Amino acid sequence: MHDLLSKFDGFIAEHSGLLATGVRDPFGVVMERVLSPTRAIINGRDTMLVGTYNYMGMTFDPDVIAAGKQALEDYGAGSTGSRVLNGTFTPHLGVENALKEFYGTTSAIVFSTGYQANLGMVSTLAGKGDYIILDADSHASIYDGCKLSNAEVVRFRHNNVADLDKRLGRLPADAGKLVVLEGVYSMLGDIAPLQELVAVAKRHGAMVLVDEAHAMGFFGQHGRGVYEELGLEADVDFVVGTFSKSVGTVGGFAVSNHPKFEILRLLCNPYRFTASLPPAVAATAEASVRKLMVADEKRANLWAVSRALHGGLKAAGFQMATETPESAIIAVLLPDQISTVAMWHQLLEHGIYCNMSRPPATPAGIFLLRCSLSAAHTLDDVTEIVSRFVAARASLG
Amino acid sequence: MTDQAIAARLFALIEPFNRKGLALSADTHFANDLELDSLTVMDLVANIEDEWDINMPLNMLPDLETVGQVADAVAKLKG
Repeated sequence: MHDLLSKFDGFIAEHSGLLATGVRDPFGVVMERVLSPTRAIINGRDTMLVGTYNYMGMTFDPDVIAAGKQALEDYGAGSTGSRVLNGTFTPHLGVENALKEFYGTTSAIVFSTGYQANLGMVSTLAGKGDYIILDADSHASIYDGCKLSNAEVVRFRHNNVADLDKRLGRLPADAGKLVVLEGVYSMLGDIAPLQELVAVAKRHGAMVLVDEAHAMGFFGQHGRGVYEELGLEADVDFVVGTFSKSVGTVGGFAVSNHPKFEILRLLCNPYRFTASLPPAVAATAEASVRKLMVADEKRANLWAVSRALHGGLKAAGFQMATETPESAIIAVLLPDQISTVAMWHQLLEHGIYCNMSRPPATPAGIFLLRCSLSAAHTLDDVTEIVSRFVAARASLG
Repeated sequence: MTDQAIAARLFALIEPFNRKGLALSADTHFANDLELDSLTVMDLVANIEDEWDINMPLNMLPDLETVGQVADAVAKLKG
């Protein structure tokens, strides 16, 4: 018998080699107890959470918890099937209505995760003979959506307007084209020049999908994302988002004003051939989305602490992935895997949890300690985080 | 453009990624010989696309394992 797992021997050796240096597993952190959106017990230690996507700090919001408890009582623990086959629960419609209000769109479709939202949208919108044109640094869910589609897939260099223009110009003028962009790119935390990219896409007759997963709640007047902040609501055809970040639960969605959008429910495999969200999750998401419509203070605080963290780490001599704080992802660049994991381990020993990121999640050759804060963090928390970064670095000698 | 001319320009584009200084030929294998990872391959593909003003769709790449196969694909895409 040929052992199918033998092709992973290289990865197994690399991972064991990493752990043999005496560090904790950066890919196996366990939150033993969660005390709040900003603190958890990890390895028995009270740890500051600086690596969750809980941007708006909604996970412990009392209204959100109450909505979930009520729906759990009223509808039971699970949906036990697909909405197309086994039925929709009232909370599914509730959260879709909340999304339509939040985004000001005529349609909203909820998926079971953000990954499935991209997988479903990209693979269903672009079919045989169509073209998908995506940014090179796109999230794996977008790449996987491309694989699942029967379309031709063309990549352009990250955030490069001229590169997109050139590649669109090489395609047949009358072919169906979907340009896929992200508002915030989640590894380095940089934002896209959407005005220019969308203008180029429109000039070539392409439809545009923007993933705003890492921008919901704190970009644009209504918190819709970078596309709203840049005034592109009339030009973006589809917006994809998630409940697992600012909304504080789990799930994914796509919103649109396209008059035929609803038909996707009946054609999209990652929607119709999987279980829908448990009603209690849909209910928590609705409660949270409605509160995010009026979360001006949280939004202001998230920006304040994110800017303070970027400034504090930079002043302490860390090399930042972006010159200025462009989003709520504040990433520190390190030279290689060994030094990144060593620093990550020391941070955890100092009671700081952030993310260690490496290729292929990051662009080639880039190793990061990724920090993301929550609206529930205070400026005092940021001072403490920066001083622990400095102490962790010092302990490495 | 002749196949030979395509090969010559292709070798020049691959050279910056040829860390082991191998003598390139049509049989040189990207993964096994040049040990290019998937991210590096993407950079190389973007350079090839711009050199010949073509798009090489991502779905085509799994079948292009050697330098010679890429040269053939370029000739075909160039028409």
